[in-house]
Amino acid sequence: MSATSSPAAPSPGAASATGPVLELRDVTVTFGGVTALSGVGLAVRPHQVLGVIGPNGAGKTTLFNVACGFVTPDTGTIVRESRELGRLHAHQLAGLGMARTLQGLGLFDRMSVLDNVVVGADRHASVGFLGSLLALPRAAREERELRERARAVLEELGIAAYADRYPPSLPYPVRKRVALARALAAEPTLLLLDEPASGLSADEMDELGDLVRSLTDRMSVMLVEHHMDLVMRVCDEITVLDFGRVIAHGTPAEVRDDPAVLAAYLGEVVGDEDAPGALPATPEGGR
Amino acid sequence: MQQLLNTALGGLTLGMVYAAFALALVLIFRSTRIVNFAQAPMAMVTTFIALTLIDAGYSYWIGFAAALLAGLVLGAVVERVLIRPVEDKPEINAVILTLGLFIVLHALAAVVFGNAYRSFPAPFGIRGFEVGGSTIALTGFGVFTIGAVVVVMALLVALFRFTDVGLRMRAAAYNQEVARLLGVRVGRMLTLGWALAALVGSLAGILIAGGSLVHPGYMDSVVVYGFVAAVLGGLESPIGAVVGGLTLGVSLSFVSGYVGSELVALAALGILMLVLTLRPGGLFSQAAERRV
Repeated sequence: MSATSSPAAPSPGAASATGPVLELRDVTVTFGGVTALSGVGLAVRPHQVLGVIGPNGAGKTTLFNVACGFVTPDTGTIVRESRELGRLHAHQLAGLGMARTLQGLGLFDRMSVLDNVVVGADRHASVGFLGSLLALPRAAREERELRERARAVLEELGIAAYADRYPPSLPYPVRKRVALARALAAEPTLLLLDEPASGLSADEMDELGDLVRSLTDRMSVMLVEHHMDLVMRVCDEITVLDFGRVIAHGTPAEVRDDPAVLAAYLGEVVGDEDAPGALPATPEGGR
Repeated sequence: MQQLLNTALGGLTLGMVYAAFALALVLIFRSTRIVNFAQAPMAMVTTFIALTLIDAGYSYWIGFAAALLAGLVLGAVVERVLIRPVEDKPEINAVILTLGLFIVLHALAAVVFGNAYRSFPAPFGIRGFEVGGSTIALTGFGVFTIGAVVVVMALLVALFRFTDVGLRMRAAAYNQEVARLLGVRVGRMLTLGWALAALVGSLAGILIAGGSLVHPGYMDSVVVYGFVAAVLGGLESPIGAVVGGLTLGVSLSFVSGYVGSELVALAALGILMLVLTLRPGGLFSQAAERRV
């Protein structure tokens, strides 16, 4: 785990692209007079994991939604691979090589695990409705490829045994993996994880950490999380938010010793709601 | 014994048509929460298109194909033009729109196609087969009706189960928000859903019409039976719609054969009230747990 690279230097794994894969510049978001984010800037670099942490109410969820293009900032810009993003429609995210997970998982309860993941793999599908209807050979081949890719991802995450099961019958940690598999099946170059550790035991969190690390050979990851241990272990760089501002940025070691961070965390109000304007949490299982 | 068999056979044929019509309602309801009351006049219009072609000298099959194709197009157009603008509003807006469309199509059809009864041809015999010297209540056209509905249902199952587009349609129906995040063009899936539903509705329309009389209001009773069948099946489940349609067809056939044909509509509404009272979620209750 490399935790030493300075913010300016791209990670050694970055072969081609050197600039950030996602950059937020001076982003300010207000909701009816309440400032959720104020002058926030951050950058996700190629093949790195950027952690965004902060106490509850710090603006993490708002920031996540800004990064996805679902919340348009009052001022500031979002740049994805040197291209400025405007307001995005949800379905455009996949086309930009971005995939995100949801806190509520949002699995399709009445579709098998495999089918759930195939829908995620779908952004590469090129054969349309007529092709499918007429069962063109190309359509059939594509279906097969999608299924194979979905199976491969399930295999990679160690949940291939559950391919034909339905999400409601699975334990929560497995369902979380299915949700992750679905995001990975799209073969994103940038993965946005929203509180992936919630509801996991310490062991499961360790496994998740290893998994996220192993993804960096293929993609960059932005991890929005409040579990300090996980973030410290997994991230190359960390941006710390408090009251909608960046109060610290740096490597895990730098952030850990930052007095402002310590103050923010020790002063945390327990049970505080997250920032307003969050995408409504999808009810479990998409009911 | 023979009357029992005949009643069951007649009910089965009719039930197939109700099943198709119920399926058309369910396909739309489960992805949009809209009961498409205009389904019946839409099917009526496509049947009249077929009749116009047949009367102009084209074969029954050209008319048949044209009706299904017209259904596909009509469904897509209705979704794009009428339903899409009220997509973000409460579902009742769209339901009222479909009721309005019901009236408009009725009136338009009377103007364009005339308000008189016209006979619609059947491609196969409409006399019962003879088995061992006695005539049974299964006709050549009845066999075609059952076969056509079964084939279309099998194709739909194949589409939803085994194709990528079907998977995306199901994903969009279950959870639009998440489906969008995964890159599914939910709007297109809804258009496609309406188109397919209208196609199935058109099939029901042309099958009901075969060997019988059509007129702008000839489908109006079918919308009642189709709706009862769909509710019987829980409004959400395609399989439920089929089972509901068959159950209703056979039940009503028995009412007609053993009690009195004038009581059929009453019996259908009685069944509707019974189901809504005893099992509001339908025989295949899944609906209640989905609505949050």
